[in-house]
Amino acid sequence: MTIVSCRNVKKVFVMGKEEVHALRGITVDIDKGEYVSIMGPSGSGKSTLFNMIGGLDTPTEGGVEVENVKLADLNSSQLAWFRCRKIGFIFQSFNLIPTMSALENVSIPRVFAGKTPHEAREDARKVLDRVGLGHRLDHLPSQVSGGQQQRIAIARALVNKPLIILADEPTGNLDLHTGKEIIDLLNEMKHDFGVTVITATHDMKMLSCSDKIVQIEDGSVKSVDTQASVRVTVGSIDGETVM
Amino acid sequence: MARNTDIPEQTRVSWPIVFRVSISGLQRRFGRAMITLTGVVLAIAFLCYMLVHEAFIRAMILADLDSLNILLQQNDIDIFSGGQMDPMTYLLIGLTLLTCLVGIINAMLMAVTERIKEIGTLKCLGATDQFIVRAYFVESTVQGVCGAAFGLLLGLLVAVLVTVRTYGGYTFRTFPLPAVLVSLVVSLLAGALLSITAAIIPAYMAARKQPIEALRVEE
Repeated sequence: MTIVSCRNVKKVFVMGKEEVHALRGITVDIDKGEYVSIMGPSGSGKSTLFNMIGGLDTPTEGGVEVENVKLADLNSSQLAWFRCRKIGFIFQSFNLIPTMSALENVSIPRVFAGKTPHEAREDARKVLDRVGLGHRLDHLPSQVSGGQQQRIAIARALVNKPLIILADEPTGNLDLHTGKEIIDLLNEMKHDFGVTVITATHDMKMLSCSDKIVQIEDGSVKSVDTQASVRVTVGSIDGETVM
Repeated sequence: MARNTDIPEQTRVSWPIVFRVSISGLQRRFGRAMITLTGVVLAIAFLCYMLVHEAFIRAMILADLDSLNILLQQNDIDIFSGGQMDPMTYLLIGLTLLTCLVGIINAMLMAVTERIKEIGTLKCLGATDQFIVRAYFVESTVQGVCGAAFGLLLGLLVAVLVTVRTYGGYTFRTFPLPAVLVSLVVSLLAGALLSITAAIIPAYMAARKQPIEALRVEE
């Protein structure tokens, strides 16, 4: 079942007198429960495409539909509703609220979804437990490691049981080993929560668990591969197989 | 453009919850909050000092005691003016309050700029513009009102000390309780009004930030 459908999406940024074509007509379908990696060099337009799927940006031409809802038709409050319940965002630099504890960070999307602070905390506690941070509930983001911060962020993205996890370079600020753990966790969550995972990345480790790999170059789709068609050579760190 | 009606409007977060979120943020940024607060404390302390001191002097003039009148004149008080503050003093107070207003606006605008990423992230998680406005409004107002309360006490204390130093026991013998209370209330209202006014612009600036900036801004 198609969950995200991008139809001939074009985006033109006007910088002074110059027009920058970030996306030159992208058509991609993403199915429910897929793990999709959008790959491409920086400046290829993958972040722009990403922002469109998350309802953060609107295309100049073409349309993005999520669950048959055309995002461009939503007002800002509806978009907030949509982002709150349908999308879980994961960022490269974690973007946790520095003044909130792990538990508070994870409970805030529940509060936005209309739950009482008490219910929100209970739900947050469960998800934090699930990502292996049940013992770090009251720590501030600055008091835990990068990998643990990204786990908190994953818990925060999952707490509202979204349709889609949008992860922008989720391993970009992590070392190889921790990055691998985060990818594994995302993959587990895909199975546990039945959520569709879309990542923008140039981390090759990501390929091994991707169902679909979309290569973007210069604002256009260069290729769409399924995992079977991509051969990834296995390397190792610390004597351990990473791919 | 045809609006989609399948998707409802985002749930509103109630004031008590906004309050809790803002207060816990303030507690964890205590040092920073204290600096913003100090501006308000000083301005309101000055206002309160001037008003209370004036009330004392006026009460002592009205008491019309010979020895006190001599003391007042020795301190260059024009006892025939009834102890009224001159226009320059009012101007000075006004300027102080204005400086303070600009100070809080500036501090809050900096807080907004510093936290663009935080605001953007919250919007990605489902915060509405209204939530952001309320959160920053509460933060700024709480700082202002706390600052005003401290300023009030400081101003009162200094006014009593200064008056006691010059006029000794006369201060309490002629203590103008109603006038002092009025001065305190006026100072508190001025402080609250000041901080609420200062809160409006930064709160709207914060709400206008787009969530996309959360992804763009790098540390």
